Amino acid sequence: MSRQLLNARRLLCPLPVIRTQDKVKQMQPGDQLEIICTDPGVMQDIPAWCRINGHTVLATDTQTGEYRIILQVGDNG
Amino acid sequence: MAQQKKAVALISGGLDSMLAAKTIMEQGIQVEGLNFFTGFCVEGHTHAIRQKEGVRPKRNNALWVAEQLGIKLHIVDVIEEYKTVLINPKHGYGANLNPCLDCKIFMVNKAGQWLKENNFDFIITGEVIGQRPMSQRKQTMPIIARESGADDVLLRPLCAKNLPETLPEREGWVDRSKLHGFSGRSRKPQMELAQRFGFDDYAQPAGGCCFLTDAAYSSKLVDLWQNRGHKNYELDDVMLLKVGRHIRPKAHFKLIVSREEGEDRFLQGYKNDFISLFCTSHNGPLTLIDGTPNAEDLTLAGQITARYGQGRGAEQVDLRVRFPDGREKTLQVKPLTPEQMPKEWFV
Repeated sequence: MSRQLLNARRLLCPLPVIRTQDKVKQMQPGDQLEIICTDPGVMQDIPAWCRINGHTVLATDTQTGEYRIILQVGDNG
Repeated sequence: MAQQKKAVALISGGLDSMLAAKTIMEQGIQVEGLNFFTGFCVEGHTHAIRQKEGVRPKRNNALWVAEQLGIKLHIVDVIEEYKTVLINPKHGYGANLNPCLDCKIFMVNKAGQWLKENNFDFIITGEVIGQRPMSQRKQTMPIIARESGADDVLLRPLCAKNLPETLPEREGWVDRSKLHGFSGRSRKPQMELAQRFGFDDYAQPAGGCCFLTDAAYSSKLVDLWQNRGHKNYELDDVMLLKVGRHIRPKAHFKLIVSREEGEDRFLQGYKNDFISLFCTSHNGPLTLIDGTPNAEDLTLAGQITARYGQGRGAEQVDLRVRFPDGREKTLQVKPLTPEQMPKEWFV
């Protein structure tokens, strides 16, 4: 299992979702991806994208003034 | 046993594509969604710019529709490829800079490419004959099918009964009798079908999904093209046209003046790319300058910026000018009055 980081700062939705989608395509089931964004819309859009594509949101964090989401790639990743 | 057929649906986030996908899913076809991001989509990122603190961000309707349908959604970045469509549309523009017919041909073509790469069998769209004045007419339906290269693997479930049979119908993958024969601008058949499917929440169809149908946005894009002398653009150009007041006091420079806190925050992200101005003696907007202003122009830019701040009635407003390389200078100006700002300045 690997853990990767995606810097999606300054991008507005749906671009962080697109970048997440493209990154996840290169990952294996069980891998984790940490995404750091500045658009608050990601807190709604990335979990929605995960739900419909079979991935799991492990954690979200907004304490640093940025938006951080950690997801785990699903079996059909 | 026959292999289950698979369809890819163009999902805009509106009701029609949602109903088209559901109609085909009801026939036991596996459906996945495709959504194209051109840079001009009203969906998504634009909501964030004028987002006020504490207000819940609007949902992305394409993702929401996919979730309601229980299908996967693939969002595809077509910003670069879309430039060709917008800059030189074969079928021309609509009322504004909306190249709707070329856009639909482009998207169906992209869906066709995706279809082949992913071993799907046919494409579905939410098109309805007569629904849209430019791209959804009886005459344009075969043009889209032909010029996109999709031909008869393109099925429009909401108006299929008004069109010739397509491959999925001929082959018996879908039952034509269970498709629909909608036509015209009325939304009543869609509303009834939505009710039948149990959809009581969906994006309202009015308003369109693309900034290019908007007259004010289109005039800003025309201004950009005219003053640059070419039609090429970058995503940042497209984004900045959605934000702030655009004021061009002289041909060689334009101001983008923030209108509220969300825009202010957004424009802050461009301070290393443009000359920026902000008031230091009073609360006021952030202004970016696109172009090549001289010292006199900077003073005028300061006067305009000050006119939109809380010092608009003051004798003097202090401002700081910041250059992209980090240099700064201060300005003291008397704000312009509304009467001193000709209408022609406003893009």
